[in-house]
Amino acid sequence: MERGQLIRAMESILGTEGVVHEREQLRSYECDGLMNYRVIPDLVVLPETAEHVQRIVRTCYEEGIPFVARGSGTGLSGGALPVESGVLIVLSRMRKILEVDIPNQRIVVEPGVINIWVSQEVAGEGYYYAPDPASQIVSSIGGNLAENSGGVHCLKYGFTTNHVMGAEVVLADGSIVHIGGGKAPDAPGYELLGALVGSEGTLGIATKITLRLLRKPEAVRTLLAAFEDTEAAGDAVSAIIGGGIVPAAIEMMDALCIEAVETAVHPGFPEAEAILIVELDGPEAEAEDQFQRTIEACEEANASEIRIAEDDAERALFWKGRKAAFAAMGRISNDYYVQDSVVPRTELGAVLKRINQLGEEYGMRVANVFHAGDGNLHPLVLYDNDNPGEAEKAEKLAGDIVLTCLEHGGSLTGEHGIGEDKKKYMPKMFTDDDMATMQLLRCAFDPHNLCNPGKIFPTPRLCGERPGPFRMHPVQKAGLAENF
Amino acid sequence: METRTKNVSLEDLQEIVGEEYAREAAPEDAVDGVAPAFVVEPGSIEETSGLMRLATDKGLTVAPRGGGTKMGWGNPPRELDLILSTTRMNEVIEHVPGDQVVRAQAGLNLEALQERLGRSDQMLAIDPPEKGAGATVGGVVSANSSGPRRYRYGTVRDLIIGITVVLPDGTVAKAGGKVVKNVAGYDLGKLFTGSLGTLGVLATCNFRLHPRPEAARTVAVELNDTLAAGQAAQALMHSQVFASALELHWSEDARLLTVLIEGISKGVDAQVETASYLLKGFGEVRTLSDEEADHLGPLTPPGTGDEVAIKIAHPPAELTGVLDSALGAAERRGVIPRITGHAGAGVTYVALSGGDEEARAQVVEELREIWVRRGGSVVVRQAPVPVKKRLDAWGPTGDYLGLTRRVKEKFDPRGILNPGRFLGGI
Repeated sequence: MERGQLIRAMESILGTEGVVHEREQLRSYECDGLMNYRVIPDLVVLPETAEHVQRIVRTCYEEGIPFVARGSGTGLSGGALPVESGVLIVLSRMRKILEVDIPNQRIVVEPGVINIWVSQEVAGEGYYYAPDPASQIVSSIGGNLAENSGGVHCLKYGFTTNHVMGAEVVLADGSIVHIGGGKAPDAPGYELLGALVGSEGTLGIATKITLRLLRKPEAVRTLLAAFEDTEAAGDAVSAIIGGGIVPAAIEMMDALCIEAVETAVHPGFPEAEAILIVELDGPEAEAEDQFQRTIEACEEANASEIRIAEDDAERALFWKGRKAAFAAMGRISNDYYVQDSVVPRTELGAVLKRINQLGEEYGMRVANVFHAGDGNLHPLVLYDNDNPGEAEKAEKLAGDIVLTCLEHGGSLTGEHGIGEDKKKYMPKMFTDDDMATMQLLRCAFDPHNLCNPGKIFPTPRLCGERPGPFRMHPVQKAGLAENF
Repeated sequence: METRTKNVSLEDLQEIVGEEYAREAAPEDAVDGVAPAFVVEPGSIEETSGLMRLATDKGLTVAPRGGGTKMGWGNPPRELDLILSTTRMNEVIEHVPGDQVVRAQAGLNLEALQERLGRSDQMLAIDPPEKGAGATVGGVVSANSSGPRRYRYGTVRDLIIGITVVLPDGTVAKAGGKVVKNVAGYDLGKLFTGSLGTLGVLATCNFRLHPRPEAARTVAVELNDTLAAGQAAQALMHSQVFASALELHWSEDARLLTVLIEGISKGVDAQVETASYLLKGFGEVRTLSDEEADHLGPLTPPGTGDEVAIKIAHPPAELTGVLDSALGAAERRGVIPRITGHAGAGVTYVALSGGDEEARAQVVEELREIWVRRGGSVVVRQAPVPVKKRLDAWGPTGDYLGLTRRVKEKFDPRGILNPGRFLGGI
């Protein structure tokens, strides 16, 4: 199908306002939150219903055209990077909250619904939606599902995958399946939903998503502790967790990061080499007891200052400072490169030390902000794109940091995903057999490799299907038979 | 049997695992009346891989087995040549308490693992009813078995963070890792959870752990009727009591909703008080002694002997309706129901005794008719073989069956793993 024909086919589904094909307009979709990869898609489509998505995908399938789904485009691994000669399916017009079911503690939403809207919708009932990525005021639930987004509170409450209970999914051949029990648990069959969440848009497009809602805890206690060095802060983290406490969150920021955040959003953080933000929640007596033990642990680790959030406003200020960390980097550096690797918690000290060494060896600044409780590091390598060669050097340093984390038993990514950005490192973490086995799943969902192709895996696996663009069987096309 | 001679000899198997660890099957090795030819016990991943390669080459059908506590789950196998027992692979590979993570071989006894973790005041928060009967880590993952504490901690899928598997062609592959937060690659650990040995043989499983609570108490409310059961469960679910379990027990002897509260002792006391206050409106409230709490189901597995036991998964707010439908369907046919359940999670087990097999099967069919339509499922957990031949263990499946079949075909193209036991004839 020629481009003109494809445009007309899509316009017949969506109307002219639902199809973007002018070169200049297409440019605004050339990248997601990771701006060092850019590809201009052939076409952008803006469906409003699941049926639209299904018809778009079916058209792509019949013509053998690859497609990529995109939510708010805040991803940090290039997961929503368009493919050349492909269609970008932007889901931000599908933003209805379809059903709130408090008795069953569920909410059903469309994929374009913004993360924070979910908690806002049910706050009056005393409920909230737990996964809270720093991007939550803009990122969409569909994108969160694709990336299995984490957030500062996932230490205690889990990731997106622990909160998605069901999904309506358009598969690569345009068929629709409903997976996961939704309101009832334990749907018989394979855990397809667990496989889908975090598959970075490569297995299908969720068009309706059932989420679990949690009752707001009775009590929330938050403190901020300042330390003279990161090692002391690390000791405090170990003491807290080793004492059998599972805090709702433990976040660490280093001096460089504190400086950036202070300049950007003025949360009034103390001057220190490292600060921890620790939040405890739960039933009043339990939260209070654990909070006291947390304070003791920080004191024993020689905290130079401990501030306790006196009210929700002060708590919000602590979190504002933390959640602004990435964006604030712009105040102290023209450009930065974010990493998202994970290490076992007990390796944190050793890895942080090595990261500092690497920074010195490269002569570059590395700011650290991370989810200390679950060992998820976000080293930010600062550089200036105007200085020739610096970007490459920053990327190389970031790569060395990733490899260090793997050597210590960690992972390439804790919440941002592999996407386009980290696929070259996959062979450092997984063998060829591991990746070939993972791709068996891909072949079951999308045998023709049309759904967000080229992401996650450095080498796509052939699925044993016939090569060349797929053509639907005439019997199937005529609606006389289902998929076979 | 033909399979004994057609393809493979005992010596072929012994060559891989050693003389001691391959034998001809005994009558008790049969799965739902289907007798295998041999039982092999590999001692390593390499041996497991060798066995699977041999099975693929020779066209042998294989049933992986851990402690053997759930071999009656699913449909009877279409055929079965080889039982592959994982019980020799029973080591804790790595446990660093500070990381709250454990890596274990699949054949490790779950209780042995808990005992080991307990020394560091930690636990794997999975407490299936068969935990004391020899259940292994791999078996629990493979069957997606769960218990009361799923209300607080979730199920296997929420706790598993990495796996190593052996595929039918002998490929050894891993996914995930040993850190809790990890989104690198596809999450095959979840895919294999509940796959009942139809995609590959689990070799190692990695889990996130939780601190063991310092104190625990159980509050119970006596229920007058099914309406009170549903309302009491709702009252607890929407309160700020952070319970570990919310369990229903409904039989001739007891009609109780119990609330398990765990944590530090001061916190537990305060929450017991709140829970008791909330439940007062629905019936007489008391605190159970540890003994009494232990004695109550569902820590005893639902379904023993001749019983037909089903698991109804339903929206939790429909508890009263589930009870009414189960009690009504049983009563009309002279069948006696024994009901236990994870009231907060929406899982209700019904064990049916009395009446004839036909009557018990009809009860299952009636409940299936109702609860599948209402978005749930009714799975047969245990039944005498004749009943299993009549009733599909899984019941009707949704529009995902085709996708499910494609997943099976990719991982096990020759269909040698547990043929027929999974849903849709997989």
